Amino acid sequence: MALATRTDRRPSIARTFWGSTVGKKTVMAATGLIMIAYLAVHALGNAKIFFGAGDFNDYGHWLRVMGAPVLHREWGLWTARVVLSASVILHGVSAYQLSRRDLKARATAYVHKRRRASYATRTMRWGGIILALFIVWHILDLTTGTVHPGFQEGHPYQNVVDTFSTWYGNVIYIVAMLALGLHIRHGFWSAAQTLGVGNATRDRVLKAVANVLAVLLTATFISVPVGVMTGVVS
Amino acid sequence: MTYTDYATGEPLVDTKAPEGPIAERWDRRRFEAKLVNPANRRKQTVIVVGTGLAGGAAGATLAEQGYHVVQFCYQDSPRRAHSIAAQGGINAAKNYRNDGDSIHRLFYDTVKGGDFRARESNVHRLAQVSVEIIDQCVAQGVPFAREYGGLLDTRSFGGVQVSRTFYARGQTGQQLLLGAYQALSRQVAAGNIELHPRTEMLDLVVVDGKARGIVARDLITGRIDTYFADAVVLASGGYGNVFYLSTNAKNSNATAAWRAHRRGAHFANPCFTQIHPTCIPRSGDHQSKLTLMSESLRNDGRIWVPRAQGDTRPPAEIPEDERDYYLERIYPSFGNLVPRDIASRAAKNVCDEGRGVGPGGQGVYLDFADAIARLGRKAVEAKYGNLFDMYERITAENPYEVPMRIYPAIHYTMGGLWVDYDLQTTVPGLFAVGEANFSDHGANRLGASALMQGLADGYFVLPSTINDYLARHPHRDEVDASHPAAVAAVAETTGRLERLLAVDGDRTPDSFHKEIGELMWEYCGMARTEEGLRKALETIPQIREEFWRRIKVPGTGEEFNQSLEKANRVVDYLELAELMCLDALHRSESCGGHFREESQTEGGEAARKDEEFSYAAAWEFTGTGDAPVLHKEDLVFEYVHPTQRSYA
Amino acid sequence: MRLTLRVWRQKNTDAPGAMATYEVDGISKDMSFLEMLDTLNEKLILEGEDPVAFDHDCREGICGACSMVINGDAHGPERTTTCQLHMRSFADGDTIDVEPWRATAFPVVRDLVVDRSAFDRIIGAGGYISVPTGAAPEAHATPVPKADADYAFEHAECIGCGACVAACPNGSAMLFTSAKINHLNVLPQGAPERESRVLDMVATMDAEGFGGCTLTGECATACPKGIPLPSIAAMNKEWLRATRKAGKR
Repeated sequence: MALATRTDRRPSIARTFWGSTVGKKTVMAATGLIMIAYLAVHALGNAKIFFGAGDFNDYGHWLRVMGAPVLHREWGLWTARVVLSASVILHGVSAYQLSRRDLKARATAYVHKRRRASYATRTMRWGGIILALFIVWHILDLTTGTVHPGFQEGHPYQNVVDTFSTWYGNVIYIVAMLALGLHIRHGFWSAAQTLGVGNATRDRVLKAVANVLAVLLTATFISVPVGVMTGVVS
Repeated sequence: MTYTDYATGEPLVDTKAPEGPIAERWDRRRFEAKLVNPANRRKQTVIVVGTGLAGGAAGATLAEQGYHVVQFCYQDSPRRAHSIAAQGGINAAKNYRNDGDSIHRLFYDTVKGGDFRARESNVHRLAQVSVEIIDQCVAQGVPFAREYGGLLDTRSFGGVQVSRTFYARGQTGQQLLLGAYQALSRQVAAGNIELHPRTEMLDLVVVDGKARGIVARDLITGRIDTYFADAVVLASGGYGNVFYLSTNAKNSNATAAWRAHRRGAHFANPCFTQIHPTCIPRSGDHQSKLTLMSESLRNDGRIWVPRAQGDTRPPAEIPEDERDYYLERIYPSFGNLVPRDIASRAAKNVCDEGRGVGPGGQGVYLDFADAIARLGRKAVEAKYGNLFDMYERITAENPYEVPMRIYPAIHYTMGGLWVDYDLQTTVPGLFAVGEANFSDHGANRLGASALMQGLADGYFVLPSTINDYLARHPHRDEVDASHPAAVAAVAETTGRLERLLAVDGDRTPDSFHKEIGELMWEYCGMARTEEGLRKALETIPQIREEFWRRIKVPGTGEEFNQSLEKANRVVDYLELAELMCLDALHRSESCGGHFREESQTEGGEAARKDEEFSYAAAWEFTGTGDAPVLHKEDLVFEYVHPTQRSYA
Repeated sequence: MRLTLRVWRQKNTDAPGAMATYEVDGISKDMSFLEMLDTLNEKLILEGEDPVAFDHDCREGICGACSMVINGDAHGPERTTTCQLHMRSFADGDTIDVEPWRATAFPVVRDLVVDRSAFDRIIGAGGYISVPTGAAPEAHATPVPKADADYAFEHAECIGCGACVAACPNGSAMLFTSAKINHLNVLPQGAPERESRVLDMVATMDAEGFGGCTLTGECATACPKGIPLPSIAAMNKEWLRATRKAGKR
């Protein structure tokens, strides 16, 4: 007459996810991957700047009409914006809550300090904060133009050249993109582990993909301000 | 026998032993035993002390049956009990290899291996139950070694001719213990077991002649409490740490068993201790414990010492004709594979002759050069790689290039609390399981049989037999801390601890433990003589006296105080050591792990005296330093007839 | 060898603690780290001071009792348990820092001793196969592929010492928890409770106050038994699978 030792009552899936460290990490992994996918498209779009103002502005226009004629003007864009905003918020809130929990779980530091984890791993939190601030600036600068003196609605090429003609624009952008590279380097591999894709044999491949992604995206993004600075784009 | 420091009392009879054909006795006993109604089990409490293989298995199983279990361990977690360190494997008469094994053969091998000093009925039951143990453990998820077909792998172990040893690499004890621990944890989580980790039993509470509870100290707060139950089960392990240096865990101790002995439980065959021949030798006075290396090493390693005394050349510089492969020389047919006790004694002899190697000359070479030449380094690595790594980690010597150094060490104690067929001690309601009892191994335990016995007792034997006691003794009276017996036990315990703290002398608990250990190793170790034992019996009371004069225990009793724990355990070693020497002295025969130099064959082998000593010696406590009373339980052999062992 | 030890001293859980400095002399390279501490303690006792409290038992690397952070590394500079660490890993004149495991879920009991009972509760939440004694089928009734048996063993090797938690900057118990889940979930015997096991154990792990995993890999580096880091990914996979299955019911 063994006694029952398990209960069948379980919280809902949403609660299980949000209530668990593993679940919250899954949310971060999924939203992180959505954002990486977006960044890949974004990077390709950015590259069009090297083909002249016309090409680049056409791309900017297409963003508003994509999905037509099925989708009404800007419906596609707004869908993307909603998905992205939700991703950023969920990613950020999860990161904030998990970080608080992690700091609490190791409230006392060792007297003897030593570091071992890779730079990318250790900079996830600060890198994340830098990126969050950057996104705000980036939208205010190139989408709404709020912090962009002389912003011209509907002329993205000019606006980009304009931004990267200032020293602070370049500094903010390049620093943020380096942070992005580091963030993706650990984040992509980490997401794979969280989603349970990683195993001993796949580990090297996943790490290689993470490195390639990080380098490609960072290089592509940084090529734009470099292009402006060197006069390739003007 | 002229020795008069003990009295001989009434013979002891195992009243629970069933009669009839041996293969039917366990069935018969289970049928005759009274049962407790499932509805009543919840109202009955059983205390289990210890969470090793026997205790963990017993606690989990009793809780599954519906009893309320209160369980104790001194470790911070039940998972750390020393069963975890067993390496080799577990025997079971499954006959999966179709190599002629059977329950009867395992029974026969165990009785013979025990040098005819164990009960036939008990050993047969052990062999029967061995089969169920493997089923149980596999179902629990114990990751035994398997073959490519997905079935369990077995190996031959300890010189046995059949492959009946199941194993999980070199960590069989760990995996079996974790299985029991997980079953236990499940019951703890379900509220059926009240677990008290870091709590050490310091005394037994006996009310109206029956075991009704224990006194225990919370090792964190120092609080001393009493706990009550309808029966008490001791699963507190062996007493090998009396020798200070042994393969036991540092904190393994004899206190629970010895305190029970002081309260009326007879202690049987305390001189039956097992010495394991292949341990890593000590590297200096700082040595705190010894590490065992699997006996399997002797399958391919050759044991030797230099021919000349005091030869300090490195082994590679000693030419072949100046080496003495003494086991191969003395025992040509068995060579390096002679049983544990013989290999151990031979090593001691060559070291006593001044031919030992390494620091202090307390070691012999175990050389793999021939095996590497014959099989190749790769093959040797595949077989023994993990053991070689362990050796290198401890000694910083590479055994692929330099021969290993080994020396015997205390490893297991066959003696323990006397129990009847039901595993009940001479105190009604007090049961002893696993290494804590004396039951199944006689004078010598076979390799891979300790795990088998611990789990047999815990999973299958005790949970059946304890029902009979609980059904026959339903306690109507509630005993609590105010009962005079409990008050007295607590007062005694507190008094002892206070006295330890009050002496404030100039010697540490460890220094006394080392002193008694060295004395025991010298006079009550591998080879014992009347002269040596008498000397030890003279010295021990002096050490005890000095202990109570010079012991220094810092701190207080109301805090986490490891020195106090230690000192309190040494108090009991100082009494137990005396009984071991007395038992060894009175048993003037050699048998199994007990070798009396006066009793050997012309070839130097152990000579048993069946006419005189075919009994289990159960000792009754009369007072510290007072002459104990010997009760003999005659051993009858109906199925396996005693023969002299021969390995020449 | 002569050494300077800086050891964390703390009377009890609630008392404040601090590093204390001791000099020890006459240390042999063949001593284990714990034997070196024994030497210090013998000296302290005779000087009338409280010896340094530390957990230890088997001293052969399997019970998992010993638990100290040495110069910032759980179990010290070698990949082994503290009891199997020998003083030959240090040099004469070294200063060695010795601290207890640091994690909120492992409160300090005294000096270097911490309370790891949270691990027992994680196991109690599902780290078992429910098979009451006597209920087992014949052992060969269910063959287990050798690869699965080996995988189970590799994870069952965990000794529950807590080095993973001590090494993790987040005080996370993911490696410990995943080791047991992977051991049992890969076996056919563990299949009936496969989902509830991972859900319950992870929930208990969180409830005990361990941090989350940020995959720094510190745990697997510190693990004396070599439980691999992908063990965590495998547990995450089990967890996701279990939530999917739970949703369908």
